[in-house]
Amino acid sequence: RRFHGSGSAAVQVTVRDALNQAMDEELERDERVFLMGEEVAQYDGAYKVSRGLWKKYGDKRIIDTPISEVTKPGVCFMTFNFSMQAIDQVINSAAKTYYMSAGQQPVPIVFRGPNGASAGVAAQHSQCFAAWYAHCPGLKVVSPWNSEDARGLLKSAIRDDNPVVFLENELMYGVSFEMTEESQSKDFTIPIGEAKVERQGSHVTLVSHSRYVGHCLDAAAVLAKEGIECEVINLRTIRPMDVESIEASVMKTNHLVTVEGGWPQFGVGAEICARVMEGPAFNYLDAPVTRVTGVDIPMPYAKTLEEHSLPQVKDIIFSVKKTLNI
Amino acid sequence: MKTMLSIISNALCRMTGRNVGPQTVPEAARVVVARSFTDFTPQVTFDIKKCDLHRLEEGPPLRAELTREQGLQYYHTMQTVRRMELKADQLYKQKIIRGFCHLYDGQEACAAGIEAAINLSDHLITAYRAHGFTYTRGVSVKEILAELTGRKGGVAKGKGGSMHMYAPHFYGGNGIVGAQVPVGAGIALACSYQGNNQLCVTLYGDGAANQGQIFETFNMAALWKLPCIFICENNKYGMGTAVERAAASTDYYKRGDFIPGLRVDGMDVLCVREATRFAAEHCRAGKGPIVMELQTYRYHGHSMSDPGVSYRTREEIQEVRSKSDPISMLKERMLANNMASAEEFKEIDIAIRKEVEEAAQFATLDPEPPLDELCDHIFHNEPPLEVRGTNPWSKLKSVS
Repeated sequence: RRFHGSGSAAVQVTVRDALNQAMDEELERDERVFLMGEEVAQYDGAYKVSRGLWKKYGDKRIIDTPISEVTKPGVCFMTFNFSMQAIDQVINSAAKTYYMSAGQQPVPIVFRGPNGASAGVAAQHSQCFAAWYAHCPGLKVVSPWNSEDARGLLKSAIRDDNPVVFLENELMYGVSFEMTEESQSKDFTIPIGEAKVERQGSHVTLVSHSRYVGHCLDAAAVLAKEGIECEVINLRTIRPMDVESIEASVMKTNHLVTVEGGWPQFGVGAEICARVMEGPAFNYLDAPVTRVTGVDIPMPYAKTLEEHSLPQVKDIIFSVKKTLNI
Repeated sequence: MKTMLSIISNALCRMTGRNVGPQTVPEAARVVVARSFTDFTPQVTFDIKKCDLHRLEEGPPLRAELTREQGLQYYHTMQTVRRMELKADQLYKQKIIRGFCHLYDGQEACAAGIEAAINLSDHLITAYRAHGFTYTRGVSVKEILAELTGRKGGVAKGKGGSMHMYAPHFYGGNGIVGAQVPVGAGIALACSYQGNNQLCVTLYGDGAANQGQIFETFNMAALWKLPCIFICENNKYGMGTAVERAAASTDYYKRGDFIPGLRVDGMDVLCVREATRFAAEHCRAGKGPIVMELQTYRYHGHSMSDPGVSYRTREEIQEVRSKSDPISMLKERMLANNMASAEEFKEIDIAIRKEVEEAAQFATLDPEPPLDELCDHIFHNEPPLEVRGTNPWSKLKSVS
């Protein structure tokens, strides 16, 4: 369904629909753009993100591929867990080519699909790949949280002349957010590499990406009742990371807590710690940075075990208080 | 009770002049031996469909012998898998099972036929549509359903779920399409290395059949003459994509190229058994790997989140059910040849229904695994180690 923004200021849009609209508009805008992946065409997408696109654009622009994780240049991975099989191509053929060819061969491609834990999909289907991809020069790695992020960042990613890994989240697909009229315009893009301050605060900075931005805002609401004001930063882009926004915030609040779904070792939070330590914000820290992460184990299937394997709002609240020494 | 039944059975056999000797009677059928005094045909030879051959001079026999006991056993196995999968469907809709759930109903003859031709000491690995094989490899319905509901009584203590069930010489249950095939060849390599005359049955679907890693595996298995039976369960659809839209060649039994192959009617348990026997002999004789394509069908969609009717018609599903259902076919064959009575089948059905119902009850009521076991089983044979929790103050313990 298309939303027509004429007259109404704000409208509720799910992340799924925001992604769908963004792809639709970019397919229309530039006929060199096409979508390729497993079940993206006639099945309307494994998670229905590409619903309706095959009907509108046909076989040439929307292509169902056989299951061949390595050979498809792949614009859509059914989930990023399968991308591990294709990772050689993403890194060695996509990320490094422009460099190796000294600027002769750009690779304007977007790899998109759901990343991270879902619900009850067990160990092989629940891994977060943000750190894996963000490690690699030559790639841009983007991780939207809400519908506005999804729409604006996907459009930017498609228009970008470089390989972009676009990490969606299956649990967010059905969540609705209010979108302004401006954000529904066909040329609305969000620059890659810019974080957003979702909530202003003065006591502690919470930095997160994807689904956990929501958890941070929930924790902030609870903490506000106790007089603790959290500043919540939505990274939006993992690589290149907007370190300046984090530093500016830390220089104001003096305390930093990072929140992510991925594993702790060598992760997004670990990188943030290193970067803050290397820059001017280090001298403003009144306490070491705290990382809130997934538990350092493969994802269990049983419901209660799974819940305890990922950061919950209470873990964030606890960590904020420990960081503030309360 | 068992001795008494054997005595009666042997007495009957002596009276009627048929096979005397210790009989193994399947659990559910024991009830009826004492009751019926009519003589059932103890063994019948059936004509079975010829297999298409690739790089083979001869194939499996065109006739299969079936004893009464075997028939009842295969029926029991297939019907148990059928009822177990339907119960899983029900539990999923009640949200007692969550996450991924890929059901096997329609394909029972494949699991039952394969197991009938190999030994429990042989090895087997498959993809995610694995509940049937988990059962045929020796795990109880109770432990399978409890794993699906994520409880501590599950075969993987609730930590694996639908796609990650294991048993001795059964390596799952694998979530990433096709990844189990190289692993299966590795298991076959171990058999070869250890010289134990065992083999590995490595299964994959029509969707996985187009992957590069399958062909890399074929190459190595053939080069090193690994005792590996590659079995493609072709159920005509890779998730929502019909085989014609995914494969340049749908002759999956020929895709091994230099590896000989058979195309088998996967809806007939006898065909599957004879073909697997043939393939097992081939491997054990040191001739190297062999490919089998089982032509089969799944009644459910790809998984519980796929209704299965957007890419195929209800008429098609109904036609397969009425004309080619593996369980009906076996039952009708046995009834037509007086190998068993309709009452016997009914008794078996009742016993299975009870077993599945009790298993479902257990699976619903058993508690979840305890939280202090969250981090266990990271490493094998290691002293306990410390695992980081969700924050730096959370230090958890992991035991081997």
